[in-house]
Amino acid sequence: MKPEHQEIAFRWIVRMAWRDSRQNRSRLFLFISSIIVGIAALVAIFSFGDNLAKDIDKQAAGLVGADLVIQSNRELSDGGQAIIDSVQRLSTSYSEEQSFASMVVFANSGGTRLVDVRALGGEFPYYGNLETVPQAAGRTFRNNRQALVDKTLMLQFGAEVGDSVKVGEVMFEIAGRLEQAPGQSGLSTTIAPAVFIPLEYLPATGLNQKGSRINYRYYFQLEGGIDADRLADGLDSLLEVQRMGYDTIATRKQETGRSFTDLSKFLSLVGFVALLLGCIGVSSAIHIYIKEKLNTIAILRCLGVSSRQAFLIFLIQVLGVGLAGSVIGAFIGTLIQQLLPLVLRDFVPVAISSDISWWAVVQGIALGVWISVLFALLPLIGIRNIAPLNTLRLSLEAPSPVKDRWSWFVYGLIALFIFVYAYLQLGGVKQTVLFTAGVALSFLVLYGAANLLVRLVRRFFPSSWGYLWRQGLSNLFRPNNQTVILVIAIGLGTAFIATLFSVQGMLVERVALSSSEHQPNMVLFDIQSSQQEEVAELVAAQGLPVLDEVPIVTVQLEAINGITADDARRDSTIEVSRRALGGELRSTYRSELSDSEKISAGKWIGKTAAGDTARVSLEEGYARRIRVDIGDELLFNVQGVRVPTIVGSFREVDWNRVQTNFRLIFPEGVIDDAPQFHVLMTRVPDEATSARMQQAVVRQFPNVSIIDLGLILSVLDTILDKIGFVIRFMGGFSILTGFVVLIASVMISKYQRIKESVLLRTMGATRKQILAITALEYFFLGIIASFTGVLLALGGSWALAVFSFEIPFTPNILMLLLLTLTVTLLTVVIGLANSRGITGRPPLEILRKES
Amino acid sequence: MAAILSVSGVGKTYQSAGKSLTVLHQIDFEVAAASTVAIVGPSGSGKTTLLGLCAGLDRASTGSIVLNGVPLDALTEDERARVRNQYVGFVFQNFQLLPTLTALENVMVPLELRGAGNSRQVALDLLDKVGLADRGHHYPLQLSGGEQQRVSIARAFSNAPRILFADEPTGNLDAETSENVEKLLFDLNSDAGTTLVLVTHDLELASKTQRIIRMKGGRVVSDSAVDKTI
Repeated sequence: MKPEHQEIAFRWIVRMAWRDSRQNRSRLFLFISSIIVGIAALVAIFSFGDNLAKDIDKQAAGLVGADLVIQSNRELSDGGQAIIDSVQRLSTSYSEEQSFASMVVFANSGGTRLVDVRALGGEFPYYGNLETVPQAAGRTFRNNRQALVDKTLMLQFGAEVGDSVKVGEVMFEIAGRLEQAPGQSGLSTTIAPAVFIPLEYLPATGLNQKGSRINYRYYFQLEGGIDADRLADGLDSLLEVQRMGYDTIATRKQETGRSFTDLSKFLSLVGFVALLLGCIGVSSAIHIYIKEKLNTIAILRCLGVSSRQAFLIFLIQVLGVGLAGSVIGAFIGTLIQQLLPLVLRDFVPVAISSDISWWAVVQGIALGVWISVLFALLPLIGIRNIAPLNTLRLSLEAPSPVKDRWSWFVYGLIALFIFVYAYLQLGGVKQTVLFTAGVALSFLVLYGAANLLVRLVRRFFPSSWGYLWRQGLSNLFRPNNQTVILVIAIGLGTAFIATLFSVQGMLVERVALSSSEHQPNMVLFDIQSSQQEEVAELVAAQGLPVLDEVPIVTVQLEAINGITADDARRDSTIEVSRRALGGELRSTYRSELSDSEKISAGKWIGKTAAGDTARVSLEEGYARRIRVDIGDELLFNVQGVRVPTIVGSFREVDWNRVQTNFRLIFPEGVIDDAPQFHVLMTRVPDEATSARMQQAVVRQFPNVSIIDLGLILSVLDTILDKIGFVIRFMGGFSILTGFVVLIASVMISKYQRIKESVLLRTMGATRKQILAITALEYFFLGIIASFTGVLLALGGSWALAVFSFEIPFTPNILMLLLLTLTVTLLTVVIGLANSRGITGRPPLEILRKES
Repeated sequence: MAAILSVSGVGKTYQSAGKSLTVLHQIDFEVAAASTVAIVGPSGSGKTTLLGLCAGLDRASTGSIVLNGVPLDALTEDERARVRNQYVGFVFQNFQLLPTLTALENVMVPLELRGAGNSRQVALDLLDKVGLADRGHHYPLQLSGGEQQRVSIARAFSNAPRILFADEPTGNLDAETSENVEKLLFDLNSDAGTTLVLVTHDLELASKTQRIIRMKGGRVVSDSAVDKTI
């Protein structure tokens, strides 16, 4: 009794799917539209990642500028020099660079700023260029007393090529505006704009004094046939002993690729959340669609269509619209991808191309089709249970989806898919579990909130309220309502944006708070002992207070309980921190603790008598990291002199204060005579005084650097703005998806409620009254969705503030309130805009058309 | 004449909210091939449920139903679907046309399901027979109630069914249209030798059949041949 030709049967199924869709295509497309935004986001990000990988590959040599770079933050020892000499013998060309933070003064404007001074000797870069305006300046500046100045600095101080800039004691002519240096991104120039000077003039500047924190880089262009990676591999252990590092084109490519793969993976997860949101929209819409198709399916079953065939008819429809939606999404994604390089260029050290990535397009379409089918499966498998008896009357024995083992299989498949996708992006099981759990938790909270709302409204239904209010409220739980899906979609989007605004606000506020009251807002550092008094006098002469003055001594940790770095290297079973051993630390000595620190364990002894072993105090986090306890012995090398100490106490330090805080403090009487420099803190009342003060200090003490908190605030603001823009850009996809789901849901419920509204109109309801009912329903939906979203955001930003940024949790309630109201208003506006078709026409016309 | 439908000891009980509701009790009857039978009774007497069980739209709780020699109780839902496609035709009170298919396509569906190669021509002929040759490209919504029911009859006869079940076929139609539809049903029945089982409230329609089964409270209360001499 099987149909005579299986092949014909399948062809017929496809034909039926096509026929049945003819009058529903716009609606089916509406259902699928929710995934378009998600697919667009993912295709854009996939394309960006694909292009970036290619660009990094193409431009990798230009990122390093040389075959091999060896770097150190200490002056070369004999061993180090020997390594450099031996590599130099294998090279056709060699360059040297010393870089450090220092103040510069622009002669014309008198403006001063802390910059990254890069003193360069040799022909570096060998690959790529120092991109300058004029072009030749990148090469010619090193032959004269000339400098290249970062474009942001030139702009800030209104400097022109040909002007002068003073670095230390030397006045340089600005030979060119620096547009791009190898490996530099827009963000890194915001944080530390560079000024290049010829290395031969560095001694004359007087800035490379003992104790100055200088980074040394040695660039090599190797002879042909020498493999830089093999050479660096061979030198690795020697370099480690000298505490030097290296970079080759391959390592930089890997490193850069890794960081930006991480970035694009993060962004693709954000896009994925938007897609998931859309998928839930699809699932909910298909659910309603199938409910409406119940009769059609029952008739088909009456006519002899098997349950499998009926299932396939609608599966093919979903496949078709899924494909159409994904193709449109991929197209839009390819267009958005043209914008992504503009959004992300400041984060990336290479020029990003915006070619169409067919791989990304195919990936996006495949993902879109798969995910629309996967999420439509839940309502689709219900088709199998639609009995032909429905043609006569509604079946009394509709099986519950909970009892259908296939629904559990589909739920499992969805969970597995989310887990696998997240795993492919994140790589680690723990992070994947966290992400999946986070997504599930957010969905569950919103799902719970929506259900709670419905229950509460039913339980405490305000029967005494006016009709319009009652009708608006009861729409939230009428059959086939969209309450849950809308609360999830809009709530999640709101949560994204609210978290972002909250965290950004708290970070900026934290720094802004630090600058308020009587706290210091200007830090002068690198003051030599001989300059200490004069600098303090100069500060006082400007009418400014000296709020704090601290000596800083650079020390090196040589041994923990007698174990040196060499011992640790030889025996891997020794449980000490290899990273800490041999590392340099900025330390101070004092008899009293400052008010930003308090003892959390042990005892602070502020003075060490001659002959006694000093009891040092460690910041508790640092002590934990280097795995030491109270009473452990630490041996320090204080600029050539070995100083044995005992860990006397741990301190809890408030790092958020603008104050000199240290991981290691010596009591007085131990390193007081060691070579040191000083830090001085003051408070300037305004920008003009700050500029005057900076100019005076730099003029008189060119080696002294100044950090202006105002500048830090503006830099932080710029960075947060840029990061925020990227996240907002991506978060926008979620919000947009939320609203597309909202529009789709309103349109779907429009079909459902059309008869109800027409009936109301027939009975004499005015257009205004129907609009009021609709507005009230969407108002309730919007307010609960955005409010829950904001609550989620509060939880999320609290966790981020406390655990990640370690700042006090100070949410901006007014901003969150405004956001809640804006989202609610948008929901009402969209709801009303899409319902206007119902109210704008005579009831009979609609009845004829939609019945 | 041999029985095309044999119903013995059939009962139907629904479980709803933990309670059982028995709507049919111990029904027994046979229907001879090519005969016409009406099932009549007040609302809630179980006649539509009985029709559904006889047509294989649902499974009986007790007893057995044999349709065209095939015991329906032993079949899975998909196997019953094939039986319906091969031997059964339906006409419903509310026409039950597929709203997204044109009149012609609606008539073609049962033929296509069987893999018939000439489905289009057969459907066009049937539409011609019911007087709708020129409305084949119209969707159900563009047709009047009577026209929809004629399409539904054309569809019911498209697979040359051995037995046709009709549930209140004229229940939604005015008197004149009802008469046309009834004539069509009985003409097609006599032309093709199809057995006709119809459920109706309309005793006038019922009297046009050869036999009337009366039901009340889920039981057959009488089963008698119609006296055509009156």
